[in-house]
Amino acid sequence: MAYTIEVNGANRTVDVDGDMPLLWVLRDELDLKGSKFGCGAGLCGACTVHIDGKAVRSCVLPVALVRGRVATIEGMAAHPIGQELQAAWMKLDVPQCGYCQAGQIMQAVDLLARKPHPTDADIDDAMKGNVCRCCSYTRIRAAIKQAALAPAGADPVK
Amino acid sequence: MMVDTMITAKASVRSRAASSPSAAAHSRRAFLKASLAAGGGLLLQATLPPLARGAMTASPEAAGETAALNAFIRIAPDGIVTIMSKNPEIGQGIKTMLPMVIAEELDVAWENVRIEQAPFDAAKYGRQYAGGSRATPDNYDPLRRVGAAGRQMLIAAAAQTWNVAPAECSTQAGMVHHRDSGRSLSYGALAASAAGLPVPDLARVPLKDPKDFKIIGRSIGGVDNAKIVTGKPLFGIDVTMPGMLHAVFQKCPVFAGKLLSANIDAIKALPGIHDAFVVRASEANPSGDWQGLHDGVAIVAKSWWAANRAREQLKVTWDEGSNAAQSSEGFAQRATELARGAPASYLRRDGDVTAGLKSAARVVQADYSYPFLAHISLEPQNCTAHFQDGEVVFWAPTQFPEPGVKLVAATLGIPESNVTVNMTRMGGGFGRRLRNDFMAEAAWISRKVGAPVKVVWTREDDIQHDFYRPAGFHFLTAGLDGAGKLIALRDHFITFGQGGKVADSAVMDANEFPAAAVPNLEYGQSIMELGLPTGPLRAPRSNALGFVFQSFVDELAYAAGIDPLDFRLALLGDPRVIVNSSGRPDPLRDFDTGRMRNVLRRVGEISRWSERHALPARTAKGIAFYFSHYGYFAEVAQVTVPPSGEIKLDHVWVVADVGSQIINPSGAVNQVQGAALDGIGAAIGQAITLERGRVVQSNFDSVRPLRIDQAAPVDVEFLITDNPPTGLGEPALPPVVPALCNAIFAATGKRIRTLPIDADVLKA
Repeated sequence: MAYTIEVNGANRTVDVDGDMPLLWVLRDELDLKGSKFGCGAGLCGACTVHIDGKAVRSCVLPVALVRGRVATIEGMAAHPIGQELQAAWMKLDVPQCGYCQAGQIMQAVDLLARKPHPTDADIDDAMKGNVCRCCSYTRIRAAIKQAALAPAGADPVK
Repeated sequence: MMVDTMITAKASVRSRAASSPSAAAHSRRAFLKASLAAGGGLLLQATLPPLARGAMTASPEAAGETAALNAFIRIAPDGIVTIMSKNPEIGQGIKTMLPMVIAEELDVAWENVRIEQAPFDAAKYGRQYAGGSRATPDNYDPLRRVGAAGRQMLIAAAAQTWNVAPAECSTQAGMVHHRDSGRSLSYGALAASAAGLPVPDLARVPLKDPKDFKIIGRSIGGVDNAKIVTGKPLFGIDVTMPGMLHAVFQKCPVFAGKLLSANIDAIKALPGIHDAFVVRASEANPSGDWQGLHDGVAIVAKSWWAANRAREQLKVTWDEGSNAAQSSEGFAQRATELARGAPASYLRRDGDVTAGLKSAARVVQADYSYPFLAHISLEPQNCTAHFQDGEVVFWAPTQFPEPGVKLVAATLGIPESNVTVNMTRMGGGFGRRLRNDFMAEAAWISRKVGAPVKVVWTREDDIQHDFYRPAGFHFLTAGLDGAGKLIALRDHFITFGQGGKVADSAVMDANEFPAAAVPNLEYGQSIMELGLPTGPLRAPRSNALGFVFQSFVDELAYAAGIDPLDFRLALLGDPRVIVNSSGRPDPLRDFDTGRMRNVLRRVGEISRWSERHALPARTAKGIAFYFSHYGYFAEVAQVTVPPSGEIKLDHVWVVADVGSQIINPSGAVNQVQGAALDGIGAAIGQAITLERGRVVQSNFDSVRPLRIDQAAPVDVEFLITDNPPTGLGEPALPPVVPALCNAIFAATGKRIRTLPIDADVLKA
C-alpha cells in the first residue's frame, strides 16, 4: 500500500509492503544509497537515520511504523551539526573503507544535539552501537570532539 | 585536502648498509606510448615488462604473470590532470596513495589532480589487486617513473616551443619554466604537443630527489572522503541501473551440500517475486571449484527485501554429505590425538632437538590454538552483473578481478574477453574479496533472468559462507640452558588440508621465527582433512603464528627470568640477514634482525617499558614483534583486567620500519591503528565454530567486531631506513595479538594459549 513519509524535508510516497524496513525504502525505492545495509538486525548502526532528530536503526523499522520526519546522511549538509561533523571527518581523514561512516555521522549528530560537549564516556555510550570494521575509532572520537568545539573554532585536534 | 594527522609520524633515521633497492628496476627496459586522448588531453601510457617475480613474492597470486604496467595521465587544456588509480580500493587508501606517487614526479599541484578508478584491464594497468600489502613495493618505483616520464615529455614540448635545450627548463606545480628567458608555459597548454613527442625510456628517466618531494610524504585525505561523508553512492552495494532486478542465493548450510528438492513453485507465487530457480553445481561448476557455484536456490525480485523475505517460506531438502560430520570440538580432539604421534612431515629440522631438550636446564611445554575466523567486511558480499548477447559486464566489489574473470568465463562457458569488470569501492575487504564467488552467482542469475541483477548477501550469508582464516594447533616444547638461552625448540603444528595438501592460508613457513636463531629446532606438521573453504585474512598465516610464537617466546622469557624485551633482543642476536626459506636472497623477504632490534628497542622507549613495574595492580604491558609483508613491527599493549575478568585495553604503541618513505602519513597511520585494533577485536571477540558441519555464528551478536568503547589510543612511529618502501595494510596486525596476551599474563598471571580470549578465566 502507499505510505507517505517526510524524508530530508520533502514528502515522499512509496507503494510498498508495510513490513518493508525503512532502510530498503530509502535505498531501493527512493534511491538514497547513503544509509547502508550491514547486519539487518540493528547490531551495527550502518543504517542509522534520524526520526525527529533521534538516531534509529532503519534496517529493523518497518515503513508502516515510521512516525515523524526522517533525515538521512543525504540531508546532513543542510544540518548545522551535520555540517560540522562532516567537516571534522574530512579534516581528520577519518574514513578508511568509509562504509560505516554515514551511520557514524548520523549517530554523532544525535549525540551532539543532546550533548554539545560530550565526554569520552558520553562518546562511548552513544557510539558503541556503530561498528567500524576498519577500527577508525581513534579518529571518530577526535572528529566528534573537534566538531564539538566548532564554531568557536578552537584548536584543531593535534 | 591536507589533513591533520593525529598521531605524528615521527621519523628518526636509522641507517644500515643499503640493501639494493629493487635492482630489477634498473634492468627493466621500459617503453612509453603516447597519444592524443579524446578532448585533446595528453594520454601517457607506460608499458613495463614483467615486474621481477622472484624479487617480490612466492605467493601463487603473484607468480608467473606478464604484469605489463600501463599508467594513464590525462592533462586537460585547463591544466587539470586526471590520474587513473589502477588498484581496487578496500579502505587501504590506495586510490589516494598511488596517484600521489605519479603526481609527485609529474610535478603538478595536488589540487589540480582528479582521480578516476581504472576498470580491470590487465593489458593496460598490469596486475590489479588489493592483497599482500603489495601495492607499495610493486608500484612505488614504476609509478614514479610513469610520472617522471610525463614530466620529461612536457619539458621537451616546452623546449621545442622555445627552441631551447630541455636541460635549461625546470618544472613546478604544473608549469614548465625557462631559466634564462623567464618564460613559462602551463602543462595544459603543452599537453597536446607533448603527446606527439618521443617517449623517454622509463628505466632512465630522472627521478626527483626525495628531499624535493611536495606530495609524497604529505598527509592527504582520502579522495572519496567528501562522497563518503555526504552519502553519495560509491560502493558495490549502491549500484543500480534501469531494469535491474535484485537477487538472493540460498546455499546449503553445510559446505558443498547437494540440493534434493525445493518448493520453487511456492516461492515463485509470492508477492514481488520475479523468478526462483535451482542452481546445480553439476551444471554450473562441473570442475568443483570451491570458489565456483554450489547447489542452491536463487530468488529474484523487484526489490531485494522481497527476495530476501521469500527465503522465510523457502523449504529445501539437502543432502549435506560427509562435511556434516565436521565439528570444531572434533577437530580439537583429533589434533590432540595427532599430537601424541610423530608429525606426518617436517618443515624444518636443525641440530638435534631431543638431545637439546635433554641437556636443557629447563623445559617448557605449551599447547596453543586459534579458531577459524570470518572476515566480516561491513559491506556484505554483493555483485551486479548484466549478461547480454554472450557477454557479461560487472560492477564488482572485488579485491582481485583477474581470477574473477577466469571463474566467470569457466562458469558461463564464455571467453574471458567477453567479461568486463568495473571495480567499485568496497566496504572493507580483509582478504574476503580476493575470492569471487559472488561474481559467479550474479553472472549465472543475470543470464537466467535476462536482466541486470544485483545479488546481495545477508550478514548471515556472509558469516556462514566465507573463506575462513584457518584454525590451527601448535604443540610446543622448548629447552633453556642454565643462562636462560633458548637452545631447543619443537613445534608439532596440526593444520588443515585436503588430500594431504595444506589448505589455503593454513601453511607455516620453515623460517618462522625463531627458526634460524635456535641451534636445535624441529617444525613438524600434520594435516587434518577439512571440508570448509579457507583463505587469506588480513596478514594471513602471520595473524595466527604471531600469536603462537610471540606468546610462547614470552613464556620462555618468564621461565628464564629475563625481561621479555631483553630476551627477545638476545633471541634476535647480532644484526644479520636471515635469508628467506626459498634460499634465494631477496631484500624484501629476507629477515634483517638488525631492523627488528631497532623497532623493538624503540617501542620499549616510547612505551616506557622499563617503568612498567610502577603500574597499578592488574594493569600491565606486554611486548611482541613480528616480521610480515616486508614490514618490521614491534608493539606494546597495556591492559587493565579488573577482577571481573573484563579486558580493558589502555594503550597500544607501535614502532614500524617499512623503509625509506611514508607516502601518505595520514593513510599510513590510519592503516596501522586500524590493523592493531582489528587484531585486538578478533582476539577478544571472534571465532567461527562448526557443529554438524554448520557455522554456528550468524551475525554481529555472535561474531563481535571491536566497538569504540573497547578501542584505545594507538601511538605510531615509523623509523625511516634506507630500504625500499613497503606496504601497511597488514603487518601491524600480527604482533598486537601476542602483545595483548602477554600484557594479560603480566596483569593476571593467566597465560592465554587459546583464542579468542575467554574473559571467564581472567576473573580474580
